Amino acid sequence: MSNRSTYLKLLSAVIVFGAWEIAGRIPVSYAFPTFLESMSALARMTFDGTLFAAYGETLKPLVIGVAISAILGIVLGLWIGLSSVFDWMFSPIFIVMQAAPLAALIPILVMAYGIGLTSKVFVVCIMAMPVIVLNTSSAVRNTPESIKEMGRSFLASDRAVILKIILPSASPIIFSGLRLGVSAGFIGAILSELKITPTGVGDIITFSRSIADYPSMYAAIFSIILLAVVFLNLLEKLENTLFEGNNRGYASD
Amino acid sequence: MVTPQTRQAFETAQPLTDNAVAVRGVSKNYGDVEALKNLTLEFPRGQLTSLLGPSGCGKTTLLKIIAGLLEPTAGEIEVNGKAITGPGPDRAFVFQDFALLPWASVMRNVAFGLELRGVAKSERESVAGKYIADVGLAGFENSFPHELSGGMRQRVGLARALSVDAQVLLMDEPFSAVDEQTRRKFQEDLLNLVQNENKTFIFVTHSIEEAVYVSDQIAILLPRPSRVSEIIRPSGFRDKGVDNIRRDPEYLDIVDEIWASLRNYVE
Amino acid sequence: MKVFGYRLPGMSSLLVWGLLWEIIGQSGMTFFIPPLSEVIATLFEVIGTPAFQKALYETAYAFGAGVFFAIVIGVPTGIFMGKSRLLDELLLPWVNMFLSAPLTALVPVLMVLFGFGMKSIIITTTLFAIWIIILNARAGVMQINRSLIDMARSFGASPWDAFFKIYVWAALPEILGGVRIGVIRAVKGVIIGQLLISIVGFGALFELYSSNFLMAHFWAVLIVLFALAFTISEFFAYLERRVAYYAAKR
Repeated sequence: MSNRSTYLKLLSAVIVFGAWEIAGRIPVSYAFPTFLESMSALARMTFDGTLFAAYGETLKPLVIGVAISAILGIVLGLWIGLSSVFDWMFSPIFIVMQAAPLAALIPILVMAYGIGLTSKVFVVCIMAMPVIVLNTSSAVRNTPESIKEMGRSFLASDRAVILKIILPSASPIIFSGLRLGVSAGFIGAILSELKITPTGVGDIITFSRSIADYPSMYAAIFSIILLAVVFLNLLEKLENTLFEGNNRGYASD
Repeated sequence: MVTPQTRQAFETAQPLTDNAVAVRGVSKNYGDVEALKNLTLEFPRGQLTSLLGPSGCGKTTLLKIIAGLLEPTAGEIEVNGKAITGPGPDRAFVFQDFALLPWASVMRNVAFGLELRGVAKSERESVAGKYIADVGLAGFENSFPHELSGGMRQRVGLARALSVDAQVLLMDEPFSAVDEQTRRKFQEDLLNLVQNENKTFIFVTHSIEEAVYVSDQIAILLPRPSRVSEIIRPSGFRDKGVDNIRRDPEYLDIVDEIWASLRNYVE
Repeated sequence: MKVFGYRLPGMSSLLVWGLLWEIIGQSGMTFFIPPLSEVIATLFEVIGTPAFQKALYETAYAFGAGVFFAIVIGVPTGIFMGKSRLLDELLLPWVNMFLSAPLTALVPVLMVLFGFGMKSIIITTTLFAIWIIILNARAGVMQINRSLIDMARSFGASPWDAFFKIYVWAALPEILGGVRIGVIRAVKGVIIGQLLISIVGFGALFELYSSNFLMAHFWAVLIVLFALAFTISEFFAYLERRVAYYAAKR
């Protein structure tokens, strides 16, 4: 059973990468290197350290931006979930932000904050924050009524209700909000490197495109997508082990 | 015809029926909807009183008002002769959907009431351990709610309510989410509990048989707006043992009688 | 929120924020935030300009085409994945991967392969929208009540009938849910594509305004864009609610 699914995963990888290789050999376009060319470029950049230096640069705004969004987003979301005044005041902003193409703010951020780290951190923040805030606030708002009542009937203080009931009960959804925030943050970090100033991985992509070194360009793009996907999958695994059974155990199941 | 003599006898007899909880003229409105209207009811100490009625008759609302979880629009609740203003240590609640913390072990769930009162960890766990064993869950202290069956989860809820040592236990349809056989076992255990613990039980149910089986006193509530239509006190079969109650003629008569008065209210 | 027993409508706080914006703008605190009144005046001015109309048209075209391809390819793919285990096991890892992957990184590839034009933007839009549409259509088909399919078969439905009369309808709430999220992602995709390619649509307009420091123009276009995006997302949410009644009944 699990054997079959592993084989199929392998098979599907072989099909896709094989198709890439063949398409590169025809070639479908002068700008379409083969899979093997791209992978050897990736290996070269990994072993001469280019890639690590580039990621050191790229991950900086991502990490700072996600950290700021996480702290600010959870605090705001908690507040919005607990207070109807805050909810009325702030929810619409984040709801609009969630639906809006915030990338359009980049030109103005660049004008206001220049082309340095600040702008890039800002881009990551505006991408990552809405989903963190909205997940936190809806998780807090949707804490099962009966366990809140339970807390009150056993004389919990407001503080205890928040710390011992609402927060633990909301934490799986807050965590998945963080995961989605990281995912959006990756988009922000890459976007800001491609749009604002080419640094890190964005630099490799832009530079190798300009000198028509397509294998390196494809390798850099491949690596960042791989990194994001692997990291997000690890977060999801962590989420599943951390909160196993957290959403079960009510009367209805 | 009430003569002065009988009235005097009545008044002197009054203190003898010692009430743990008294509901006096309670009304509850939700906007324009009258959920409860001027409802008065007394709950004798050490006995089990059922609130029975068709769905929508406000029995859970009344129970939550007694618990202090809801605020009545008018009237007051007295517990041990004192008006209440909110939840208190003298009452403990058993929830219909158990209201267990899914992320906490059985031990922590049972000890949660004491944890909220700031009782030290070792002390609250020894109290909780005793009640976990009492409800028959010894060996499951480190299990989590999702690993337990519905009946076992409600035993956890019951142990939590017992461990805070409140004099009044408020039970909101506690057995409605468990299967029929488990429910029967629960009912028998509940009878023993009423007998052995000197506590007052207020028990909400929509099952006529269940109410007659477990209660010392049954308050029948009728809906819209909710009022007490009748109070029935089964007397004859309580001492005949748990196995014989369901065959007792008085038990059967009371069940029929209640059904006769409720059937008009069932849609 | 309630004030004096009167329920304030959900989005009314945006008026307060607008007022705050006006005050900050009037105070001249920063060059980058002109007063809202000025922005709105500019907005009406800008809407009439050919440059804006061209950008709007190009964006709507790229968006419409991108969403069209995402739905036309995505929904059948999802339904087939839901029905065939082999196809599902072959494709699901890739769908999941692209769902969370930062697709922005692919835009440079599209640019070198398909040129600096409309084609690349349309493909970007499709790439942003399609994965969630596939995944939801698949989930919708997988949760179809087994007895509904047996019912169709026992009444002698052809595979064609079963597909259009049972599968599509029974999975409709999930499919619409996927389309709604897909459309929101498509709006982001079309803007990201234009920003990076930046000689088409709003991307070009933004370049023009920001290089000339036309702040009010910039904000006016942003407001139009955000309002459009929000309206589109609310419209699809409304459609989804209309079929939600039978999603809940299952």
